[in-house]
Amino acid sequence: MSTATTENTESGSTVGMPNEFLTFTLGDEEYGVDILKVQEIRGYDTVTKIPDAPDFIKGVINLRGTIVPVIDMRLKFRLGRAEYNEFTVMIILNVARRVVGMVVDGVSDVMQLTPEQIRPAPEFGSAVNARYITGLGALDERMLILVDIEKLMTAADMALMDAGSQALQ
Amino acid sequence: MSGIDLARFHQTFFDESAEGLDAMEASLLKLTPDSADAETINGIFRAAHSIKGGAATFGFAAVADFTHLLETLLDRLRAGTRAITPADIDVLLRSVDVLRSLLDFARAGRVDDATLAEGLSAELRALLDGPASAAAEKTAPRADRSAAGWKIHFAPHAGLFASGNDPLRILRELQRLGECRVVATLDTLPALDDLVAETCYLAWDIELRAACDRDDVAEVFAWVEDECALAIEPLTTAGPVPAPLPANVAQAALPANAGTAAPVRVDSGSIRVATEKIDNLVNLVGELVITQAMLQQLAGSLDPVQHERLFTGLSQLERNTRSIQEAVMATRMLPVDFVFSRFPRMVRDLAGKLGKQVRLVTSGEQTEIDKGVIERISDPLTHLVRNAIDHGIETPEARAEAGKETTGTMRLSASHQGGHIVVEVADDGRGLDRARILAKAAERGLSVSESMTDAEVWQLIFAPGFSTAAALTDVSGRGVGMDVVKKNIEALNGVVEVASETGRGMRVTIRLPLTLAILDGMSVAVGDQVFILPLGAVVESLQPLPEQVKRMAQQGTVVRVRNEYLPLVDLREWFGLPGTKAAPHESIVVIVEAESRKLALQIDDLVGQQQVVIKSLEANYRRVRGVSGATILGDGRVALIVDVSAVVRLFSQPLAA
Repeated sequence: MSTATTENTESGSTVGMPNEFLTFTLGDEEYGVDILKVQEIRGYDTVTKIPDAPDFIKGVINLRGTIVPVIDMRLKFRLGRAEYNEFTVMIILNVARRVVGMVVDGVSDVMQLTPEQIRPAPEFGSAVNARYITGLGALDERMLILVDIEKLMTAADMALMDAGSQALQ
Repeated sequence: MSGIDLARFHQTFFDESAEGLDAMEASLLKLTPDSADAETINGIFRAAHSIKGGAATFGFAAVADFTHLLETLLDRLRAGTRAITPADIDVLLRSVDVLRSLLDFARAGRVDDATLAEGLSAELRALLDGPASAAAEKTAPRADRSAAGWKIHFAPHAGLFASGNDPLRILRELQRLGECRVVATLDTLPALDDLVAETCYLAWDIELRAACDRDDVAEVFAWVEDECALAIEPLTTAGPVPAPLPANVAQAALPANAGTAAPVRVDSGSIRVATEKIDNLVNLVGELVITQAMLQQLAGSLDPVQHERLFTGLSQLERNTRSIQEAVMATRMLPVDFVFSRFPRMVRDLAGKLGKQVRLVTSGEQTEIDKGVIERISDPLTHLVRNAIDHGIETPEARAEAGKETTGTMRLSASHQGGHIVVEVADDGRGLDRARILAKAAERGLSVSESMTDAEVWQLIFAPGFSTAAALTDVSGRGVGMDVVKKNIEALNGVVEVASETGRGMRVTIRLPLTLAILDGMSVAVGDQVFILPLGAVVESLQPLPEQVKRMAQQGTVVRVRNEYLPLVDLREWFGLPGTKAAPHESIVVIVEAESRKLALQIDDLVGQQQVVIKSLEANYRRVRGVSGATILGDGRVALIVDVSAVVRLFSQPLAA
């Protein structure tokens, strides 16, 4: 994987546009996030609930000594009741110098997209607000919604940060 | 200026000098004409001398020259050839100030500003040349001690070798006292043919640059006294020590300190360590504590009989972990004296300026507080002390009229109370003026009424922008109010309380947590989740009887404990946890106290007591109301630490009165 990443950066034709994505499913849709924002993927742990938090923030976990908040994207985007079983996975993200865990329905694979395969985002049509969508990736029959995960996670309605630190970001 | 190698030592020099000046100041303040004991004066002298030595070595001429004058005066005081007068103490104190400024100049890399010291130098010279020292001048050359050093002429008799003495050994001995410049006199040396190997032909002139006693020098020559011509005279000109080459710095600096600074070093026996190193150590110990707790928990499921040796090892590990943790935390602790020591001077100056008589009494200076806390309480404390002298303590005339002793008393004290450090600033002045505070608050549009309790009225002085100066005296305000004091203390998880009695004085109490990194906690369970209550805040736990619990119309539920009605907060409800709400008398209630208000927390179960390492929630998340942080339990789960002060503040208001 690391070799693939290097190749990509070298041949990267569109500046600033990542072209390797980790794909995951939420409901009926498939999403992609910049692989460089992903720290690791792990199973769902027992979380410690946090008072005074929106329902989609499941709580915090201990990730090797660091306290990391966990967000359930299925609850965040109102995709019905999320089931928790031994297959539930969590993507640990590194965004805005913070570590955040994100629960999704499933992680699919890592995909490479050439700039030609990425089309501009539509105005509507997905659970994720269009503001956070950078484009649509088409690969054979599959349609990938590319999300600017950093922008999404630092948004005020995510309630992940204090107002002060948001201003700084 | 100097080479890069020299610059490396500058920081140490400045740090040491700053400490030296603090010590000088503290000793000077203790000094009165009647109680001039030799040890105190010696201490002051040593500090001045170290600074002079260092300054000369590093080429800070202004500092060195000025300290030299200072030292000369001190030397006479020490030798007893000059009696101490209050004027001397005053000049010496001001010299400390001048030295501080000079050192600041040098530290900032600016050219030494000789004008800074000019005025005081002249005063010092005047003192030295004054009639008081006239007698001293005559005896000075014969003084037992010379600051600059000794000029020694050593001319052994020709038969010195015959008695088994070796001049080289003597010269080496001298070198141990300090830096020596040795010039051999070859006048009597005969031609080689006439030379008799067993005869000593040489003589030496030695300049010893060390402030040692004449006796020390004489002692070196004790064995050869009768076999040589010996003259020991004080060095008259203490011209600047020739600037040594960078490579010599270590050697040059050492002798300069060896004679004088050595006793100071023995006292403190300390080394300087960067704070980051200690913080890193604290973090590592935190991890160790977690690992130890994890092992302990894992072993819980094993049979103690079968695994006896493992259990022995584990309990030993627990003890060792705790000791290592305490030891590491102790390295971050400093006596509160670090802050208190600046006040005698401040009080003296301020009282003098305001024409008041103030006596400062400090106690508990040895109470140790985390370095981070110390640094951050010094400003609030300074503010409180200034306030007390400025507005609290009356002029001597007013005090006499009120039938009080003309000298006001300021008390500064520090002590450990439970898991807290309590620092008190108290004065016996006029106290707060209730009517004026109320009037001022009303003027500022705060909602006030005559029926407010005193405690509530005193709290008003903490309102932002509420200038105590304008409210209480006619002395102009300085723009910093009590609200800043309160904010600073609260940022440290501390609490400020005020008590006042009109005409009798006022007392401000600051309560601070011992340390900011590790907490003694009581773990309690609610549903399947564990919470940590700071042990310092826990008063007791009990299972209330049904008749102890009462529902009140507007204020929720209260529990009666020993004739006190305490608001009852259900942790499950407050944290929005799932599970059915149990009746209070079927669960356990923990009484917690913060900011001298009590509250009952309803929980499911008590789990145990343990030390927890405080982890920040904010690093990856945000601040949560009612939670001061999080920690990791032995089984790897996260537990939230309840911010008792915040919960108390939210719930106990209606009942505070």
